[in-house]
Amino acid sequence: MDAVLLSRVQMAFTLSFHILFPTLTIGLAVFLAILESLWLKTGDDFYRRHYHFWVKLFALTFGVGVVSGVVLSYEFGTNFGRFSAIAGSVVGPLMSYEVLTAFFMEAGFLGIMLFGWNRVGRKLHYTATLLVAAGTVTSAFWILSANSWMQTPVGAELRDGVFYPLDWWQIVFNPSFPYRLAHMLLAALLSSSVFVAGVSAFLWSKGPEPRFGRFSFRFAIAAAAILAPLQILAGDQQGLIAERYQPIKVAAIEGHWQTGGHAPLVLFGWPDVETRSNKYAVELPEAGSLIIKHSRDGVVVGLDAVDPKDWPSVPVVFWAFRIMVGLGFLMLAYAWLGAWYAKRHKDDMPRWFLSAAVWMVPAGFIATVAGWWVAETGRQPWVVYGILRTADVATDVPAAQVLWSLLTFIAAYIVVMAAYLYYMLKVIRGGPAAAKPPEPATGKAPPARPAFGGVEDK
Amino acid sequence: MHALPLVWAGIIALGVAIYVVMDGFDLGIGILFPFAKDHGHRDVMMNTVAPVWDGNETWLVMGGVGLFAAFPRAYAILLHALYIPLILMLVALIFRGISFEFRFKAHKSRVLWDIAFSAGSMLTALCQGITLGAVVQGISVIDGRYTGGSFDWLTPFSLFTGLSVVAGYALLGSSWLIMKTEEDLLDWCYRMARRSLLLLLIAIAVVSLWTPIMSPAIRERWFSIPNFYYLSQVPLATLLLAAGLWYSLKRRHTYPPFYCSVGLFMLAYLGLIISIWPYIVPRAVTFEQAAAPESSQVFELVGFLIVIPIILTYTVAGYYIFHGKVKAGEHYH
Repeated sequence: MDAVLLSRVQMAFTLSFHILFPTLTIGLAVFLAILESLWLKTGDDFYRRHYHFWVKLFALTFGVGVVSGVVLSYEFGTNFGRFSAIAGSVVGPLMSYEVLTAFFMEAGFLGIMLFGWNRVGRKLHYTATLLVAAGTVTSAFWILSANSWMQTPVGAELRDGVFYPLDWWQIVFNPSFPYRLAHMLLAALLSSSVFVAGVSAFLWSKGPEPRFGRFSFRFAIAAAAILAPLQILAGDQQGLIAERYQPIKVAAIEGHWQTGGHAPLVLFGWPDVETRSNKYAVELPEAGSLIIKHSRDGVVVGLDAVDPKDWPSVPVVFWAFRIMVGLGFLMLAYAWLGAWYAKRHKDDMPRWFLSAAVWMVPAGFIATVAGWWVAETGRQPWVVYGILRTADVATDVPAAQVLWSLLTFIAAYIVVMAAYLYYMLKVIRGGPAAAKPPEPATGKAPPARPAFGGVEDK
Repeated sequence: MHALPLVWAGIIALGVAIYVVMDGFDLGIGILFPFAKDHGHRDVMMNTVAPVWDGNETWLVMGGVGLFAAFPRAYAILLHALYIPLILMLVALIFRGISFEFRFKAHKSRVLWDIAFSAGSMLTALCQGITLGAVVQGISVIDGRYTGGSFDWLTPFSLFTGLSVVAGYALLGSSWLIMKTEEDLLDWCYRMARRSLLLLLIAIAVVSLWTPIMSPAIRERWFSIPNFYYLSQVPLATLLLAAGLWYSLKRRHTYPPFYCSVGLFMLAYLGLIISIWPYIVPRAVTFEQAAAPESSQVFELVGFLIVIPIILTYTVAGYYIFHGKVKAGEHYH
């Protein structure tokens, strides 16, 4: 095994693990902000109890997201050191802005959100919730800007082995960025809605307080019913951008080996790199040209347009894409069916549907990870698309060292994931009753005591 | 000398200083954990930092990406050279970090999270100290690339600096706890603070002798005339501050022990900067050579100048909200 491949596997593994957590915290943070505003508006304690139940799941998820994110900020240097030296001048500042405008804010106000109930007034607490939610979204903004720049690099030029930024506006708002950001934020909100619906379905059918689960179930299903079609639309838009800037990625996604018109839409099959064809393919004739070029004889770029050494791993991209899209449509069907039921019966929901909702929980997360695989594996063999090859930028460390670190992360993440799922289930099973809400502060100011100074604090 | 890389060197140095103090005391709590009397004490100890540790740790991320952005070449070399201790530190930080959330959800398995928190904190401190030692002892670089082996960082000196940082964080942790605890836990904290102060002073003395013996360049920096007259103020100030700290621990002061401990850290840090200046990768790459293009540094600086004051403001406000002694059973969740 060579060090480059192992480093790629390590990056893919740690990134795929990490992304699960922000995906959920973005959505839960927005949900918590809505719950707290409902509580402040109506004064109904019902919403505050909801907040306290969901904030526990949020905190667990946030904790794992933070620690797995710290890993990534150092992995650029440990495993892709030459990438850092060459592209650090562009990617580094974007990541610094993420830390400055998002991480600090999240971390600073999370403490107030979790522990500040009886220390700050309601308005300040609500502000903290809003800022944490804003922080999660801001974080996505910067990281997607950096990632998108690696996909569609503009506004900088490579000179003497270093990227010189020319126009920061162009770099931040690079061509694929707005679409990618929208796609990711919708992925987070949709995945979280499906998660909330699943957990609520469990509480509704099994919990001691069915009314508790019913509210968040109906809310989440309604959200998913709106978000699922929006997400499909956003995905389609991003596909068009990829077609313009990264045609080979799209060729791998579609399994198009030859450039030409009347391209079929390959639904399933096994892309075989050896024979350059799709085995066992199920195709819709001409639909490929129709979707990509909006005409039956539109010429679609195939993988043969470039040298095979510039191909990404076709089977990975091809299949990851189908998993993502398949789950996307599954979530659409599920959310619309759920919304239809919910509209017809106010207080009831078929048992089988509630069980199905629980089984649907992983759908959004698997789709999100699959989507990242499409984006990131599809970018290969480039780290900065069309300019810098991944193989040229890995740190020159012995393969055994990378293998050791990879195995260490795998072992650690298995333990972390097991513990995370265990405690999540524990909180969910405990239901709202186990989540005893603390009393909110009555006054507005924190307890009056000098912060600093004073030798004895008696 | 260009101003911009100098400003950035200052910002990174300041960021590291803030990190060392702020995460230092919460890592210190983990280091003291095994010696605590019982679960009740451990609960209080952990609760003194639960609302703030995450913000403290963010300074580490800031240091990492700040270096990545402003001095990408140095980032590439240092992280290559320090691959193994840094990966170990990251894994240790994972377990330390999740213990905050998981520990309070656990009942039977709480002791496992005590171990994870404590071992994670110790290993993090050890790796940071080793990293520091490895940087001070020098890193082999040819043509802007790391040319050493995977284990160059592992020397008796770096292991010793690793243990020194563990002792230092224990002092920060115990003097932080003095401000935040009461009754028998408070007595224990005073005891722990005195012990860790003694250990730290031994460590500082040994490192102060070992470094000039090991490195002629550092010897030259400190002991040549007239440098000696100016620089000897640093060890003198350290001695005075240590004496003051010992006295305030004896008199059971509440706030001064922490401020003195922070002062000791800052003096040691100043000594470090004096030793390695103007290198960012000691004896190989100066901070000017490692600097990113001006456009990158300016773009980032604009954000810094606007955002850092805001961050500092809400960080102080956050500490103010959670100030005061932590009672047993408080913000249990």
